[in-house]
Amino acid sequence: MALLWIPLLTLLGALVPVFTSRYGRRACTLATLIAPLLALGLVLLHGPAVMDGEIARFSLTWMPLLGLDLALRIDGLTMLFALLILGIGSLILYYAGHYLGADEDDGRFLSYMMLFMTAMIGIAMADNLLLLWLFWELTSITSFLLIGFWGHRSDARRGARMALAVTGAGGLALLAGLLLIGQTVGSFDMSEVLAAGDLIRASDHYSLILALVLFGAFTKSAQFPFHFWLPHAMAAPTPVSAFLHSATMVKAGVFLMARFTPALGDSQLWAVSLSLVGLATMLYAAWFALLERDLKGILAFSTISHLGLITLLLGLGSPLAIVAAVFHILNHATFKAALFMSVGIIDHETGTRDIDRLGALWSMMPLTGTMTILAGAAMAGFPPFNGFLSKEMLFEQSLVNDVLGALSALIPLLVMLAATLSVAYSLRLIWSLFFAAPKLTREQKAQPPLKAHDPVRGMLAPGLFLAAMSLAVGLFPMILAAPLVNAASLAVQGDTTPLIALSLWHGLNLPLAMSLIAVAAGILVLRQQKRLAEIAALFPARDAGRIFEAAVLRVVKAALWLTQRLENGSLQRYQALLLLCALAMVAVGLANLDALTGPLGLQPVDGMLVLGAALMVFGAIGSALSHRWRLVSLLMLSVVGLTVSLTFVRFSAPDLALTQLSVEVVSMILFILALFFLPQRPPLLVSSKRILRDLLLAVSLGLVVAMLNYALLTRETISIADYFLREALPGGGGTNVVNVILVDFRGFDTLGEITVLTLAGLATFKLLNRMKLFMPAGNVEGVRWSRHRHPMILAVVAQILLPLALLVSVYIFLRGHNQPGGGFIAGLIPAVALILQYMARGYDWTRERLPVSYPVVAVSGLAIAVATGMASWLFGYPFLTSAFGHFYIPLIGEIELASAMLFDLGVYLAVVGATLMILINLGRVTTIHRPTLEER
Amino acid sequence: MEALFSLVVGVLTASGIYLLLRGRTFPVIVGLALLGYAVNLFLFSTGGLHTHAAAVIGESISPADPLPQALVLTAIVIGFAMTAFVVILAIRARSELGSDHVDGQQGEAGDAK
Repeated sequence: MALLWIPLLTLLGALVPVFTSRYGRRACTLATLIAPLLALGLVLLHGPAVMDGEIARFSLTWMPLLGLDLALRIDGLTMLFALLILGIGSLILYYAGHYLGADEDDGRFLSYMMLFMTAMIGIAMADNLLLLWLFWELTSITSFLLIGFWGHRSDARRGARMALAVTGAGGLALLAGLLLIGQTVGSFDMSEVLAAGDLIRASDHYSLILALVLFGAFTKSAQFPFHFWLPHAMAAPTPVSAFLHSATMVKAGVFLMARFTPALGDSQLWAVSLSLVGLATMLYAAWFALLERDLKGILAFSTISHLGLITLLLGLGSPLAIVAAVFHILNHATFKAALFMSVGIIDHETGTRDIDRLGALWSMMPLTGTMTILAGAAMAGFPPFNGFLSKEMLFEQSLVNDVLGALSALIPLLVMLAATLSVAYSLRLIWSLFFAAPKLTREQKAQPPLKAHDPVRGMLAPGLFLAAMSLAVGLFPMILAAPLVNAASLAVQGDTTPLIALSLWHGLNLPLAMSLIAVAAGILVLRQQKRLAEIAALFPARDAGRIFEAAVLRVVKAALWLTQRLENGSLQRYQALLLLCALAMVAVGLANLDALTGPLGLQPVDGMLVLGAALMVFGAIGSALSHRWRLVSLLMLSVVGLTVSLTFVRFSAPDLALTQLSVEVVSMILFILALFFLPQRPPLLVSSKRILRDLLLAVSLGLVVAMLNYALLTRETISIADYFLREALPGGGGTNVVNVILVDFRGFDTLGEITVLTLAGLATFKLLNRMKLFMPAGNVEGVRWSRHRHPMILAVVAQILLPLALLVSVYIFLRGHNQPGGGFIAGLIPAVALILQYMARGYDWTRERLPVSYPVVAVSGLAIAVATGMASWLFGYPFLTSAFGHFYIPLIGEIELASAMLFDLGVYLAVVGATLMILINLGRVTTIHRPTLEER
Repeated sequence: MEALFSLVVGVLTASGIYLLLRGRTFPVIVGLALLGYAVNLFLFSTGGLHTHAAAVIGESISPADPLPQALVLTAIVIGFAMTAFVVILAIRARSELGSDHVDGQQGEAGDAK
């Protein structure tokens, strides 16, 4: 449980600055420091056990199906990183309190820092692959927030975006790699995975796993060629750079490689990729560090170079090389954080980070100078600093390796070259800042010289402490670093860890000679700086960041181009594309069919069928051809509709025929009403090319649909009809199986159905609300509509028809369960009769005599249906279980009543209400407005 | 008979789609209605084409498949609801945009796209 408190404390700590920032900067900073220091204490409690090689564990099941457990561990490697994250982190938090401007939002900044700290400590402690990945992604996101903290600056936004894109892409690759590892091993548990190295190396996916995981690690640790995001990330406030880009986040990639060394390492592929990438990164970045003018840029490139050094050491893979890698992780974090802090101070005090603009600061800022010189000497690898120790170990290991076969002899030479450059850029930093005179341009000379002084003690103390630590570790490595390095190496390579003896003096040997050569050569290189700049100018460097940005821009452009092609705002275009897709898919399906005609025999054709088919074809084509003569088109449509209902009669579907007939009537009234409000003779402005395209599309789709239907009709289909036919009477209490299905077996569907119907009705209210209408007073020829709006004969007939219709409706409803009929059909009949009433007498007249609110009717129908469904809960049955029984009613006799009938009543009311709601609303609009003659 | 039925469904589909691709709201609505008929007939036919075989127990010896019938019945009613909604949407669109073009543009610009 104590383990869980470590990330939990830092997470809770993220809230502290938010609430304390109102009490002033100092209080806020100090309060924020409590959580990480407590967490650090908790980590240190495990120190003695971990030094003895034990691993502290904690595990909580989180999502067992995914294999994701909240599993944490502390081993030597975790301990090392936890000290960096929490220890250096606390120092940087303290420093940040002084660094931020008085008007800057310290609460937000410190809170982000704490969130990042949580994510980072999570990576270090994760004992589950998926959990590790989760924290890995969190560092990407929080670092995005931190780099972009000064969001008003475009370089900050760009840098943040680039860092997120590159490390985010790496994160996705890492996830894929981790999932593959999990699949190979059969578990996401870290200990099991680390123990299953042989299994992973033997798997077919090993090279793929390695590529994915290393892509994640290299992007995170800014290895060549993915290094370009790091210099751009220097747009972040300096405490962020000190924390993320020296001590922690960029070390996550290195951590990952170290962590997975037991599982993935120890293969030729691993050794070659790591050492080559490490070497390339180390040299490339060191060269650019020498040329860079921005102070933070120098440090960024130097960081990349040092990370390459660590990658190289991990690639060399010998027990001592890994010890050196672990040791250098510690050393680099110490001196680089100090250097970032001092650069931050200089920037803070002088207002510039241009190395040429600065110079001769020693007399003005002696303490800052001391700090920079100490840390810079460690970076250069001068004795007796910690950087010297790990560099000596690198030299030694580079001499004894054989990872590149015969080419291995090159490694010490290249390493020495990198060391030379490293000496040169470190000395350049120190020399130009504090001793040399600034190299000013003419304009800059005209300005008053820079004045600066050492900052307040609070800002100096953390950096000075770290710089002193690099010296102390160099002097007393066995006391200060050896136990930790030993424990961390033990976690990386298990029992093969050699008994290490870190010491400053190894006697006169080859590595020492290499060091001396590097220092001498470095000084020489620095003296030739001018010539160096000339050489560099011969090779105009292409900033990989620019290339990346350009690539991103190209992708955005391509996406825009495609979007504009697909989405030009034309409904016709969308429909044509969708239909084309449908055509392609059906065509593919048909192509896979052996023969169009199936084994089932064909039924004979008779005269009535031919007549019906001819009517429908005539109506359909006529309707399409006459679409500009809208009334004609509509009449053609109704021919089709009525023939469809006859088709249902012919093919044994009386319920469908009745429904279709009544819907047809209602729809036609609706269409004619709509026609009243729409232009009656639109202009023809369509190109013949367009018509040809549409015709082609329509005919080919019609053809494939016809073929599909034919293929279907001539084949035997598997039907579940038997179940319904068998169960309708005993289970549903009705003989009309279609109706029993609707109100009983699939009652839930029907409930959804009437809900949609009611909603459509209610929606028309909103749509017709406060509408400005075009209302013609006559037809297109300018003939006025008849003055007799309510013809007498129609009025009389409608009045006589209404009670009859209601009677028929009740009859159809009651017999619905056993004979063709039911709520849907019965509901449409009174709707038609009432509409006729409205048409004959007008809205106001009918309204006076029939003050019914149709929305209420529809909604109460819905309510009855739902209540019937819920009633079955009272009896302990699932929703919409039906019951039926036989009842004796005086005069009528014995009758069978089913609860499904009550449900059908709900359907009935919903249909009546919704239909009338739609039509009456639309019809009513005509009575409000005064018609005008339409322009031709 | 099967060929004739499929032919009708095909013609209904083609006419419906041709209308669906017009630029004015009214033909689009008519096209939707035609397409609706085609789809309903298609769905209905998946139960097979039977004569004198209403799915009422006791009426016929081998009743037709009632399930497609039930599905099509609700489809007809829902189809009506949707048609009504689209019709009123079209009216509203004309009153808001001053045009009955599906993209709300009047004249040549609207038709040319």
